[in-house]
Amino acid sequence: MQTDLIQEARRQAEICNACRYCEGYCSVFPALHRERAFSDGDITQLANLCHNCRGCYYACQYTEPHEFALNLPKALAEVRHDSWKSHAWPQGFATLFDKSGVAIGAGLLLAFTFLFVLAQALRPESGEGFYAYMSHGLMVAVFAPAFLLPLAALAVSLRGYWGTVGGGSLAVSDIWDACRSAGRMKNLEGGHGDGCNFEDEDRFSHARRHFHQATLYGFLLCFASTSSGTVLHYGFGMEAPYGLFSLPKLFGVPGGILLCIGAAGLAWLKTKADRNLGAPKVWGGEMAFVLLLFAVSATGLALYAATGTGAVGWLLPVHLGTVLTFFLLTPYSKTAHGFFRMAALTKEAASKRAAAI
Amino acid sequence: MAPEPDIVIIGGGNAALCAAMTAAEAGARVRILEAAPKPYRGGNSRHTRNFRCMHSGPLGPLIDRYSEDEYFEDLLKVTGGKTDETLARLAIRLSEECLPWMEAHGVRFQPSLSGTLSLARTNAFFLGGGKGLVNAYYRTAEKLGVEVSYEAPVTHLEFDENRIVRVDYTQNGETHHVSPKAVIVASGGFQADIDWLTRAWGPAAQNFLIRGTPYNRGVVLADLLDQGVEQVGDPTQCHAVAIDGRAPKYDGGIVTRLDCVPFSIVVNKHAERFYDEGEDVWPKRYAIWGRLVAAQPYQVGYVIIDAKSINLFMPSVFPPIKADTLEELAAKMDLPADKLLKTVDEFNAACGDTSSFHPTELDGVSTTNLTPPKTNWARPITEAPFYGYSLRTGVTFTYLGLKVDENAQCSIGNRPVANMWAAGETMAGSILGQGYLAGFGMTIGTVFGRIAGREAARYAN
Ligand SMILES: Cc1cc2nc3c(=O)[nH]c(=O)nc-3n(C[C@H](O)[C@H](O)[C@H](O)COP(=O)(O)OP(=O)(O)OC[C@H]3O[C@@H](n4cnc5c(N)ncnc54)[C@H](O)[C@@H]3O)c2cc1C
Ligand code: SF4
Ligand code: SF4
Repeated sequence: MQTDLIQEARRQAEICNACRYCEGYCSVFPALHRERAFSDGDITQLANLCHNCRGCYYACQYTEPHEFALNLPKALAEVRHDSWKSHAWPQGFATLFDKSGVAIGAGLLLAFTFLFVLAQALRPESGEGFYAYMSHGLMVAVFAPAFLLPLAALAVSLRGYWGTVGGGSLAVSDIWDACRSAGRMKNLEGGHGDGCNFEDEDRFSHARRHFHQATLYGFLLCFASTSSGTVLHYGFGMEAPYGLFSLPKLFGVPGGILLCIGAAGLAWLKTKADRNLGAPKVWGGEMAFVLLLFAVSATGLALYAATGTGAVGWLLPVHLGTVLTFFLLTPYSKTAHGFFRMAALTKEAASKRAAAI
Repeated sequence: MAPEPDIVIIGGGNAALCAAMTAAEAGARVRILEAAPKPYRGGNSRHTRNFRCMHSGPLGPLIDRYSEDEYFEDLLKVTGGKTDETLARLAIRLSEECLPWMEAHGVRFQPSLSGTLSLARTNAFFLGGGKGLVNAYYRTAEKLGVEVSYEAPVTHLEFDENRIVRVDYTQNGETHHVSPKAVIVASGGFQADIDWLTRAWGPAAQNFLIRGTPYNRGVVLADLLDQGVEQVGDPTQCHAVAIDGRAPKYDGGIVTRLDCVPFSIVVNKHAERFYDEGEDVWPKRYAIWGRLVAAQPYQVGYVIIDAKSINLFMPSVFPPIKADTLEELAAKMDLPADKLLKTVDEFNAACGDTSSFHPTELDGVSTTNLTPPKTNWARPITEAPFYGYSLRTGVTFTYLGLKVDENAQCSIGNRPVANMWAAGETMAGSILGQGYLAGFGMTIGTVFGRIAGREAARYAN
């Protein structure tokens, strides 16, 4: 990990520890105030707890031009980003984090071409809906490894993270705590429930929290849609296409719409917010990631709308191309943040529990 | 050009903002002239963390109750009786309705911060501290139509008999004039003008650090006093505490505070002790150490502690100086080593039974036959590594100010200034002659800011 980034975050954390004015905003400060000295692992953990709500920047009396030059959201964002990179597995792919925009662009192009050519070459004789264009067997052959391998890589990364931050044994309640916190986006509520600072300097709003919720729940619903499809297919021998009142559609359509709205909203907010309160160098890559999410959901909905028309022939590889890119880049793009965030929240729940004993 | 405002408010801190919102809500056209640029707006108010609030039952973040009489007693204790009872009781009584008013104007509270549990009943803490409060007020004020000019220091107020007829200020290197119907002065004390402090206190003041904003230079205060506006408060006095000697000259704020004195010995440049470090719990002795250090050569003190005490106090903003031996510590701190060893030896020899040591209570663990004695928490300095901090005098505010009545109105030559009111630090001397009670500064600013806003709007409408 980059020691200069950690050192800068540590310098700022020490000032915060003498100040404590921001204690009520989020989980970072109570965790910070439990320590007197900060190891590299402590700083990495604090960085992954931080949701970049920016409350502590706008409320800080020591931001530049003050000589203490506090900008905790930025310092933590840079460590956070660096920690994903240094825990990436295999390490050779870590640089993808810095080139997310390029990686996503190239990934899309390659995935689309690959799937298009594959679909053309192996066009099934028969089949309904999209299976008329690409057989179920082929889809599974491509997507099962594209889904499972990145997850395995991510699991290795997270194990490394757990070691770095000194995570110990866990209780079920810790995971439940973390899920509750993430489910509510508690750390974007601002402590007072007025939301966070993002798009309009020190004005508190729920915009980012709500768009993030839409993205998260939209994503989970889409995932549930695919999972329920798999269960129906294998468990009950019910094959796609599914009707509007089937589980895959009941999850997938609202999920796709939510994800669309959420991702578009986050992208829009991102254009309004001050880039210097995040990690400025990866702004472009993060934007590309949000747009990719938008593309996943928008093409998915378009594909559904196009059911029965010839557009399916090219929409299908486009949509599947976005999904494939998204899956493959999961351990090396902003998608990873969700997993690291859950790990950090779980670790924080465990530490809080230990401190309370 | 915007139309002339009805009311000009001088200053951009808590008192100014409370006055501005109140006057704007009463229908007046208000303009704030703030000397500081936007990132530094809000004066000393941006450094605060809480305000002291009377309450007859649980209120917002405050538990239990805190009665008018108890509050007033607390004030009398710290001011040694130098308190204007009418104004003080007015501030105390009105503080209770301030809390919901502050919330309605955007301030959010949080439970008492870790390390400050002793204030959980009496003081309501602002979420995000004073800058969070100031930001919320600026947002609310702007929504109410208050116009704000930054980097617009006021230089002069022109009188015609007992009325202000013109306000002069500079902006972008040019002098401007406005002639509002009414003026509210909320521009704080004069502590950032080191020359003035030096004239009042003596040459020692050159070495003082100013804990808050560099913009409170007392320009308006001096201008008004020169013209005969009634003054109050001892011009030679300021509130000063002992802070980390490495703090910046200005604006170091809360983080430069050091809480380690009770567990230490404190020596001067000659490595001699000069006062009982264990006289009382630190919050009660915080303020006297500013003066004690100011009286030492070069206005500096040195705190010496050992390994067993290093975790007993709130972490410091800068790490302590650390050494494996006292000689090495002396060298690092530029103290005479032989002298320091002797002082520590004498102190250690005077320590007795330390078994009843208790860091948060007056434990009576004291030295015997030592001058000055250490009357609590006296444990020998023996365990390496040894740690040191330098201490300097940090000035919080000055007491000299404008004399006001219950309506926050100023006077000149025994009659009221017809159209001028004052609020906050600049008139706090009307209430407190000496001493200070944590959180009372923001109470005075909020209560009298609202009164001044109301009265000025009534006059202007
Ligand atoms: C580090 C620190 C911590 C503190 N903590 C607390 C606390 O927790 N609770 C508490 O009650 N009190 C606290 N105080 C005291 C408190 O800050 C003051 O009592 C309070 O802020 C005074 O408010 P005010 O509006 O009168 O002055 P300020 O907030 O200082 O505002 C004065 C304003 O006037 C402006 N100004 C000055 N000269 C001119 C000019 N010529 N023209 C135009 N504008 C001018 C300044 O830029 C500033 O905006 C603290 C003080 C310090 C230094
Ligand atoms: S961000 Fe600034 S105001 Fe907040 S705790 Fe840190 S130093 Fe204090
Ligand atoms: S940016 Fe928000 S979440 Fe991050 S440390 Fe600051 S207040 Fe906490």
